[in-house]
Amino acid sequence: MHIIDRRLNPRGKSLENRQRFLRRAKDAVQQAVRRSLQSRSIRDVLDGGEVSLPIGGMGEPSFRRAEGGITDHVLPGNRAFVEGDIIPRPPGQGAGRPKEAGQGDGEDGFRFVLTREEFLSVFLDDLELPELAKRRLSETEEMSPVRAGYSISGSPSNLSIDRTTRLAMMRRIALKRPKPAEIEALQRQIDECDNEETRLLLETELKSLTDRIRRIPYVDPLDVRYRRFENEPKPVAKAVMFCLMDVSGSMSEHMKDLAKRFYLLLYLFLSQRYEKVEIVFIRHTEKAEEVDEETFFYGQATGGTLVSSALAAMRTIIAARFDPTEWNIYAAQASDGDNSYRDEAPTGHLLKHEILPLCQYFAYIEVDEEGGDSSVSNSPLWRLYESIRSEMAPLAMRKVCRKNEIFPVFHDLFQKRSTQTKAVP
Amino acid sequence: MTQAVMQKDRLLFEGADWDFATLQRIHDACEEIAIGELGLDVYPNQIEVITAEQMLDAYSSTGMPLFYRHWSFGKHFAHHEAFYRRGMRDLAYEIVINSSPCISYLMEENTATMQTLVIAHAAFGHNHFFKNNYLFKLWTDAEGILDYLDFAKGYIARCEERYGETAVERTLDAAHALMSHGVHRYAGKTRLDLRQEEKRQQERRAHEEQMFNDLWRTVPAGRKRDAADVDLERRRAALGLPQDNLLYFLEKSSPRLQPWQREILRIVRHVAQYFHPQRQTKVMNEGTATYVHYQIMDRLHARGQISDGNYFEFLKSHTNVVFQPTFDDRRFSGFNPYALGFAMMQDIERIVTKPTDEDREWFPDIAGRGDPMQVLRGIWADYRDESFISQFLSPHLIRKWRLFQLYDDPQVSEGILVSAIHDERGYKRVRRQLAREYDIGWTDPRIDIVDVDLAGDRRLLLQHRAPNDWVLEDSETRQVLQHLADLWGYDVMLQEIDGSEQVVKEHSAHPREILQRGESSS
Repeated sequence: MHIIDRRLNPRGKSLENRQRFLRRAKDAVQQAVRRSLQSRSIRDVLDGGEVSLPIGGMGEPSFRRAEGGITDHVLPGNRAFVEGDIIPRPPGQGAGRPKEAGQGDGEDGFRFVLTREEFLSVFLDDLELPELAKRRLSETEEMSPVRAGYSISGSPSNLSIDRTTRLAMMRRIALKRPKPAEIEALQRQIDECDNEETRLLLETELKSLTDRIRRIPYVDPLDVRYRRFENEPKPVAKAVMFCLMDVSGSMSEHMKDLAKRFYLLLYLFLSQRYEKVEIVFIRHTEKAEEVDEETFFYGQATGGTLVSSALAAMRTIIAARFDPTEWNIYAAQASDGDNSYRDEAPTGHLLKHEILPLCQYFAYIEVDEEGGDSSVSNSPLWRLYESIRSEMAPLAMRKVCRKNEIFPVFHDLFQKRSTQTKAVP
Repeated sequence: MTQAVMQKDRLLFEGADWDFATLQRIHDACEEIAIGELGLDVYPNQIEVITAEQMLDAYSSTGMPLFYRHWSFGKHFAHHEAFYRRGMRDLAYEIVINSSPCISYLMEENTATMQTLVIAHAAFGHNHFFKNNYLFKLWTDAEGILDYLDFAKGYIARCEERYGETAVERTLDAAHALMSHGVHRYAGKTRLDLRQEEKRQQERRAHEEQMFNDLWRTVPAGRKRDAADVDLERRRAALGLPQDNLLYFLEKSSPRLQPWQREILRIVRHVAQYFHPQRQTKVMNEGTATYVHYQIMDRLHARGQISDGNYFEFLKSHTNVVFQPTFDDRRFSGFNPYALGFAMMQDIERIVTKPTDEDREWFPDIAGRGDPMQVLRGIWADYRDESFISQFLSPHLIRKWRLFQLYDDPQVSEGILVSAIHDERGYKRVRRQLAREYDIGWTDPRIDIVDVDLAGDRRLLLQHRAPNDWVLEDSETRQVLQHLADLWGYDVMLQEIDGSEQVVKEHSAHPREILQRGESSS
């Protein structure tokens, strides 16, 4: 009898099968993840967690009998029936056998727990920053290991076997380590020798040889060499995303929620997918201020509306911190589309001549009340941007009215476009 | 005082804690009783201690320690895990594998008493059954199964490398859909060697010579069969039709499969065949294991190797295991195989040792034989659920469990007829019906491949025998048939035939060529 403790075996034996299952259920999982984004509070979105999967299309069919037909059954626990009794069928159950409880454990759908990584990878599948270019060697360098000769120390996985054996062989030859064949030959000589004196002589020789072979090891720690790697800096594309949000009094709670959800997706996407992306949060009323993410997402503010203030702030920050020749500059602006009349000209000028030429991509999201129509907009800002966009500027515009439109719009704005030049982040 | 000390020495363990030395002691004590007193014959044991997660792993790959990769196992794992996490279901205490050495998994959370129970149950009860039951002997190879699974896993992984995961996955999907109809239900004839063949031939000739009578020559011959009939017969014989093992037929005769696809079908078929005996012996297998663990625990307690407290703990879980709710109970979900098996075996013990006149009349062969273990060992070796119940369900037990039979014909609008109860008129009928419910040849839909139109469009014709209006479930049948058509490469038609040989329903499917496309891209 053997007792084996399997508890320490590597975990995740079924991980591969799980991944296959997820891949197979990809569409269903994606749907489920997107659905769960709508219902969750902003704070919970990042945590991954349970999603409900329909099992349609994931079934494993087999030849099975349909309900119905003439059936016979034996059951335990007869109390009062005698042969020939007719038991009326329970209402609603039509014809058929007595229902067997506990069958098919809700196979038509089940709750499925995704890890945070799985959740995000499903969620961020096929998104990227458009037009990412301008690769530079940045100060915070990205390193990639390159082969750089050999060293005498290193990790066992980097052991260079051929170099080690070569050195060992050199050492063995230099120190004249006897070959096993020599010793064997000597031994044979001793065995065949019948002269006592020569035999003693041979035996001392054999002893010196065996001593020598013991002293000089086949492989010495001195011989061991490891492959050495050096880190070489890699050119990186640096990018900055400006998040401009209107928090003025005209934005209702619903609109703010929409805008925040949009930025949250953006934030999630950038922070998960790109290591080298700076995010600048600017919120504005009639004056703009740069805030941290906490204030941006959860802070309260109200006031009038001057869109140009946010653009001006963005321009200042670019001038101070982000050299446009080095940085890929992106901006996403969310607003209800209201702007004061006198601000229209400065906004248009700023955007058209100062901001857009510096930007790789500028996304404008217009949020509206729940009942609004997301296909048309008549707001002053929309009309203004529309006129700028017609001049081939890298400006994208979408309107959102309902929570469930956020993800499609976001996805639409940042999905991979095959014609674009790909760049390494 | 000295007696108390001795008592303490004899105990296998105290309290709930255990370590590996305890397990060894428990195993040895159980072995002594199982082999020495109960006369069991078991494979060598291998006991593996695992965690809850590993138990879930084992669940999702049908308990086997290694299995090829497929998404459906991931799905089962997720499914079980979701239930387990929400506390809706407890995990099994053990899983035991029909292999040699016989592997039993013990959960680390079990108390020492539970480990004793589990070792007695799995490592001796199930183990004995696996080694001795005729079905397992005939259809499974306990020594070879782990090696075979290792081969299967490696082979399928290599196929994935060479032909792409998608192509392999599609083949496996299709094969899995037909798995329930990929077993040989009857042992084929064994091939005779030349000497035996010759001997038989001689016997036959001798018989003919003996029976020669010139009169037979004068008897008019029957109607000459027409050419179409002969042709059909010849075609069927060439393809081995009718064939109920769909996977076997496809593996051997499908014209468009690649060799590796045939091998995958073969692997799935072998796995299905390996589990086939287990499906036919649920009641007996669990009954045997439960009876054995009860005997062993009882004797351990009688010898003073288990304390009274621990024995009570055992009794509590034993009672849970063999609990059978009545039909009107909310917890009722059919017969509990542990309960039915255990009750029948205890009943047999009673018949063998203390028979009544009724028992003598019903079971003249075993009543009063005196040695219950000898009788039971014989039964464990030679029966499966269906034959076991139809032979050994006694009137005593039918009365005790108050079994009754319902006859439900949807055409009869008044309701369901109580057709037999636990009385003199009903015993045989109840017994026959209950045995039938455990006959998978009766409960599984019976589907045969009956013909192939080889000269024409190569359409494969299948028939489902649907007595009592038991037609197949529509949408699932369509899906399975689609898989079948993909594997066959040409059209497939399934006819459902009722008791009066009338075709009641037809399904057909057209191949999607995806299996073929999968391989051409590689």
